[in-house]
Amino acid sequence: MLFTSYSFILFVFIVFCLYYLLPPKWQWLVLLLASYVFYFFAGRTFLIYILVTTVSTYYAAVGIQDKRQAFEEYFEANKKSLDKEAKKELKEKNKKSLFHILLACLVLNIGILAVVKYTNFMINNINGVMGLFGNGNTLSFVNFVLPMGISFYTFQSVAYLLDVYHGKYEAQRHIGRFALFIAFFPQLVQGPISRYNDLSPSLYAEHRFDKNEICLGLERILWGFFKKMVIADRILVAVKVLISDTETYDGVFVFVGMMFYALELYADFTGGIDITIGVAQIFGIKVAENFQRPFFSKNIKEYWKRWHISMGSWFTDYIFYPVSVSKPFRKLNKYARAHWGERIGKRLPVYLSSFVVWLLTGIWHGASWNFIAWGLGNYVVIMISEELEPLYDWFHSRFKVEGTFLWKLVQVIRTVLIMSCLRMFDCYRDVPLTFRMFGSMFTSWNMNRLSAQAFLGLGLTVADYVILILSTILLTAVSLMQRSRSVRAQIRDLQFVRRMILWWGLFIVIILFGVYGIGYNESQFIYNQF
Amino acid sequence: MAKNRFGRNQKYIMAMFMVLILLFVLQRLVVPKYMHGIVEGAMIAEYYEEEKDHDVIFIGDCELYENISPAVLWTDYGINSYIRGSAQQLIWQSYYLMEETLKYEHPDVIVFNVLSMKYDVPQNEAYNRMTLDGMRWSMSKVNDIKASMTEEEHFVEYVFPILRYHSRITQLEQDDITYLFDKENVTFNGYYMRVDVKAAENVPTGKPLGNYQFGDNAYYYLDKMVELCEKEGVELVLVKAPSLYPYWYDEWEVQMEDYASAHGLKYYNFLEMTDGIGLDFTQDTYDGGLHLNLSGAEKMSRYFGEILQDECGIESRRGDEHLEQVWEKKLSDYNAEKEEQLAKLDSN
Amino acid sequence: MKEKLLEILNDLHEDIDFETEKDLVARKILDSFDVVTLVNEICDEFDIEITADEMMPENFKDLDSMLSLIQSKVDED
Repeated sequence: MLFTSYSFILFVFIVFCLYYLLPPKWQWLVLLLASYVFYFFAGRTFLIYILVTTVSTYYAAVGIQDKRQAFEEYFEANKKSLDKEAKKELKEKNKKSLFHILLACLVLNIGILAVVKYTNFMINNINGVMGLFGNGNTLSFVNFVLPMGISFYTFQSVAYLLDVYHGKYEAQRHIGRFALFIAFFPQLVQGPISRYNDLSPSLYAEHRFDKNEICLGLERILWGFFKKMVIADRILVAVKVLISDTETYDGVFVFVGMMFYALELYADFTGGIDITIGVAQIFGIKVAENFQRPFFSKNIKEYWKRWHISMGSWFTDYIFYPVSVSKPFRKLNKYARAHWGERIGKRLPVYLSSFVVWLLTGIWHGASWNFIAWGLGNYVVIMISEELEPLYDWFHSRFKVEGTFLWKLVQVIRTVLIMSCLRMFDCYRDVPLTFRMFGSMFTSWNMNRLSAQAFLGLGLTVADYVILILSTILLTAVSLMQRSRSVRAQIRDLQFVRRMILWWGLFIVIILFGVYGIGYNESQFIYNQF
Repeated sequence: MAKNRFGRNQKYIMAMFMVLILLFVLQRLVVPKYMHGIVEGAMIAEYYEEEKDHDVIFIGDCELYENISPAVLWTDYGINSYIRGSAQQLIWQSYYLMEETLKYEHPDVIVFNVLSMKYDVPQNEAYNRMTLDGMRWSMSKVNDIKASMTEEEHFVEYVFPILRYHSRITQLEQDDITYLFDKENVTFNGYYMRVDVKAAENVPTGKPLGNYQFGDNAYYYLDKMVELCEKEGVELVLVKAPSLYPYWYDEWEVQMEDYASAHGLKYYNFLEMTDGIGLDFTQDTYDGGLHLNLSGAEKMSRYFGEILQDECGIESRRGDEHLEQVWEKKLSDYNAEKEEQLAKLDSN
Repeated sequence: MKEKLLEILNDLHEDIDFETEKDLVARKILDSFDVVTLVNEICDEFDIEITADEMMPENFKDLDSMLSLIQSKVDED
């Protein structure tokens, strides 16, 4: 069930009616059943995967908490009779047993994710290596179907378990409610990766029918549909042509494709998240924002704090920090400082753990070298900009441009260009081709090829381009307006007539100018199977 | 307080109402008008404007609406007839059109062209649309849509055609404005007139098929037609029109003959009677034997009219004052169109 | 303790007045790199252990929260 399908709209409508017609104490159950129905439609066997993750994480979390509590009670009661050594030993023992539960559950769930997502990638690489040594034997591929959203709900459950382990919050003792946290359907397709403490208060609360909230939710959904259907799905046609016919479209067209893809990805992904947040909102549930006008970032590091926020913060909290302050890294830090000086000593651990983070981020996005190259590409860019810091400082002390509009514009353009360049790894068939196409931008850049005829050869009509330009202007304008004050609040303060014109106008624009229906059905969410 | 509340709701209702009107107009705007070029999409809807008092109703595909001229049936035999034809009309579509027609009127004879027996499953979205969009809403239409939809189609797009045709908003033509609310007739009692000639040459014989057996689904709907006509007391007549192509296989012919005799139906294969009809395929077709032109259709109608009169016992209604009046108008339109087409042909 | 911490912080960003700034993380003054560097230095300086799960915005949002984190760690030992 795609977000942009009649069946999804009908599905949400039915769930919506049940949700508000049944007694509020059953609302969680309505959502849970709806989520499983949704998941069942996506793939019959998928339910098994999500149930395994749900049940294992539930019992591990409850087990960890019970054990810790029992230990603490025991410890309190016997504190006086134990000497210091015995206390320490007891504590260690308890810590170990908790850690074993944690480890078992993590291995199981991350193991499932790794096996279904990466087995074929590994086999492919092993075959490649064996081929190098002239070994004719090849392993055959396995036929796993990647369950929808497995990367998202696995990460969500891992974060939950780690937080319970660290005592950040209590484990959820109601297995049904916990299952809802893992399977909440608006998030299943493409995230975000919600944190339990963010999502659970509104997820489990009983909600009354609140017209204003629901209107806001619908407004958000509408905006998401606009981005996805009017912009993303329209430009997708041209993107597909540009990246598949690499013989024809090299040089300057690589740049065109790069920019088109950046727009496509942005509109599709943020639009999808708008729909997710909007659908949750009509049920009175708050899903945390996943984007914060990312292209207006002044550098790449900031971009990654504002793009796909839930994923970035997941990697920061559960990979970057633990790795950075782990014992080996602490030792390395000390050693580096002592032997290679303060400067390197400070940076080395951070750079190394960043490397781990970006490698994993790449792998998480997809089982291919393209994504690994993309992840490491981000790493390289961030490291370079870190190392160039002194240069920038020098530049800013010479030229007083910092904070001026022009300089901000330069920064934004730089961010857009760099991120779009890196995204090329998503587009082309393999890594060498990506480099070749990237190179062709510099070797065979020929502006004369950018004729009207050439643009019309990409599968879009003049009308399509006009619609794209106008809607991209609207998108940018809304983003700029968002800077000073929430656009949604501004809309709320409008007169009734103007608000109606805005809402229904957007609705009609989507109906008329959205790309959907016969011939366009197959466009899937780009983030669907991550 | 109560008044205030009412006022608030009224505002919403007003807004809703205006949006619905706007959407309705936009929908009319983007739905194809089929007034020029491919006119087949406009045929089904024309029936509703008709006074529903026909002696004979023809139901089927292009082999009927291009091959039979109700005008000749009226002038020569006094038979008041109508063709509910559409392009590649599939057999379940014919059945539901029959069901619908029988709700409006009670003809003596319904003629069905059996070529569509060859299709057992939904075929083509565009043709579905041309047959189904013109139908008025009824359970027949609902069932028809359900039976016809290909995998890529959605029921809701039939309910709100704007969802299907929205992308035409950037390709609108003059016709979309001209015929926004009112359409012209493109047929003469369902007959699509063509006067041009393109001789049939080297008509290919059919390629051998793997299986000549008509599908179960096709038979299912044929059975339903027989049942329905029996129940309504209408005589069902099966025909195979004298089109040379698509090829009509002997194996198919046998099945139809057997079916007709098993169910006590009349079945006429006009392909076997081309000499009797007097068809000359160098003169009487406009597309090399697929369809007859006006000259061919008029010959065909004279021949078929005799059968309807003699074998089905349809009596002439010439002299019925009201009908004469109706037909006088229709015939003058018919002749005017004929003259216009001939003039155009001459000028080329 | 406060002076030492301020020294470390000013080393990191000399142009920020850490005594008054209240929203170091939310205002994106401290990013994740800074936090890791900071934790490393604090641990060395005060000879304490800060674990990954303590590296959350609440503990680093201003000078006071950092001080209380350090204090609690020092007390533990």
